Amino acid sequence: MSAVLALGAGACGGDDGGSGGDTLNIGFMGDLTGPDSAIVIPPFNGAQLAIDQYNATNPKKKVKLIRYDTQGKENQAAALAPKAIKDDKIVAMIGPAFSGESKAANGILDKGKVPSITPSATNPDLSKAGHKFWHRLVATDQAQGTGIAEALIKAKSPKKAYVINGKKAYSIGIGDFAFQAFKAKGIDTQRDQIDETASDFSSTVTKVVAAKPDVIFYGGYYSEGGKLLKQLRDGGVTALFASGDGSLDAKLVEAAGAKQAENALLGCPCFIPFGEQTDPTLVKFVSDYKAKVNANPAIYSTEGYDAATAFIAAIKGGNETGEKINDFLKTYDTKGVSKQVKWGPEGELAETTIHLYQVQDGAIKWLGKSDEAKPKG
Amino acid sequence: MLNDFINQFWPSTVGGLTVGAIYALIALGYTMVYGVLRLINFAHSEIFMIGTVAALFTVTEIFTVTSPYTGFAMIGMLLLIMAVAMAASGGAAVLLEVVAYRPLRKKGASRLAALISAIGASFFLQELFALQVIPNLFDRPEGRNQVGVPRIVERDKLFEIFGATVRLDHVIVIIAAVVMMVLLDQFVNRTKVGRGIRATAQDPETAVLMGVNIDTIVRTTFLLGGAMAGVAAVLYVVEFELTVYNVGFVLGVKAFTAAVLGGIGNLRGALLGGFALGLIENWGAIFFGSEWKDVIAFTVLVVILMFRPTGILGESLQQARA
Repeated sequence: MSAVLALGAGACGGDDGGSGGDTLNIGFMGDLTGPDSAIVIPPFNGAQLAIDQYNATNPKKKVKLIRYDTQGKENQAAALAPKAIKDDKIVAMIGPAFSGESKAANGILDKGKVPSITPSATNPDLSKAGHKFWHRLVATDQAQGTGIAEALIKAKSPKKAYVINGKKAYSIGIGDFAFQAFKAKGIDTQRDQIDETASDFSSTVTKVVAAKPDVIFYGGYYSEGGKLLKQLRDGGVTALFASGDGSLDAKLVEAAGAKQAENALLGCPCFIPFGEQTDPTLVKFVSDYKAKVNANPAIYSTEGYDAATAFIAAIKGGNETGEKINDFLKTYDTKGVSKQVKWGPEGELAETTIHLYQVQDGAIKWLGKSDEAKPKG
Repeated sequence: MLNDFINQFWPSTVGGLTVGAIYALIALGYTMVYGVLRLINFAHSEIFMIGTVAALFTVTEIFTVTSPYTGFAMIGMLLLIMAVAMAASGGAAVLLEVVAYRPLRKKGASRLAALISAIGASFFLQELFALQVIPNLFDRPEGRNQVGVPRIVERDKLFEIFGATVRLDHVIVIIAAVVMMVLLDQFVNRTKVGRGIRATAQDPETAVLMGVNIDTIVRTTFLLGGAMAGVAAVLYVVEFELTVYNVGFVLGVKAFTAAVLGGIGNLRGALLGGFALGLIENWGAIFFGSEWKDVIAFTVLVVILMFRPTGILGESLQQARA
């Protein structure tokens, strides 16, 4: 990847002093080398792919993607944002990838009049800060927790539901939204919380066995989700198990075991083109991505690609300053590889979609949008 | 609420005894070293971690287990994995003593220095396994991720007790732990080396004057405590089927708590403390939810220490009699 970057920089004639001449700088901010980089490198690759494709057309203004590696740390994001604005004179920013670092950097970017599109930060509060240059390409945890719960209600018409979540902010948040969604439909719902650092969840299993739920929603990340799912199944719980984007990873299946993970339902505001695609745009995207990265598209790859594509469209239209690009985004309405890209006034997507995935025969498969998908089990 | 308690009491008891057995076995290592050296061996959690990695290595690299075993093949396999894990953990504990504690002891350093040395050894071992051992041994470049262990013991339901399902893996964990603890107790109380351990615990200087070789006694103590952690590691791998470089951290804290609860320095206290802690955690979770487990367990610990400052059984290794 660094080789590609170096080539790109060389071709532009060493314009390290920032945007200007025939090149504009766009930033990508997120955890590129830290503990959760597995969900940030795919959107980075998606963005880089879109920009390489654009530069290959020999446009008047080329685009250079600059990496800002926060390692997921909020103070890093707050320190890197001013550098990106002052030194590198970026005209747009993809990211920050996570919600915590977004809270730290969004205000700085907004003051610097740099439009930003995050491909993956899902905290509902981000759009409430009143920033005029901020956008996101995914639905919130609220839409996600509610959407998955409603899909479960539709698929299984449960009488009893059980919500389990971890102790991290994301885990509690999405658990709350799912819990409220079940309650709102008058479903008898109980709840328990697990400690992510522990390995013995037998007390939670005991509670679930006693409650005999028809469906289980777990809010949290894959490594604990896998352990929990294994212990639930070994404890004789057969209810349909569902979770959100934090658990949408093949490592969930590995940690739970293929047999125990079978039929686990995973929702995400992201679109991952697993398996064979029929839509020609997607077929091309998947093959281009594979050729460039030497891996299949993963979580938020399509969103990273669409974020870069939106900025490229603005630059193609002759918008070369942050403010002009931001104005252009207000009118942007295009079908991307991930979804229809169109923003409302707060920078939230005009229309949000939750996609459902399911573990079938030990692999994660895409089922479709949450209101249409028909899960097994 | 009361209804919940009645429904969940027996399943919680089974779960509490299973995890309590593992706490108790790890607690033995803390309690023995404390009894003999008055030292909290904070690197003991890493001795346990080394045992889980040795068990994983035996299962995946030496034998490539793909499906669970049954009958005598299963028992043989478990004994074999235990032998490897006990050797690895026991050996690591002896090496730890030689490298991290003996030089300090010989120079008459304070106990605080030994404690810092213990914490340093703990970090060193964690990072060594995350950065070198796990990536190289199992060909996993992301050494900090947890590694799954294939199933060795099938989750067969053996019987029901008041509506609680008791599975084969529960029975194996509890019985193996109790057997190991009885063996260790007999060893300390009936053999010549065991007498040496008790003598050193009671009064090291007099023990030396009576012809006890203190280095041998300390080495044996670490070896035995490490071997028990090795057994605990195998039982953990059988029950939870995973390991990770910091797997010992939370369990170590819990096991140390169990040792204090039962009476630190006391072998039978470690057994009692382990089971008590496992049961209190799981029973408390019925009332308050699983997120309150630790709060309940530590509240009970504080209350017990207020009334019995030396723990439930109180007496220490030196006074243990056959």
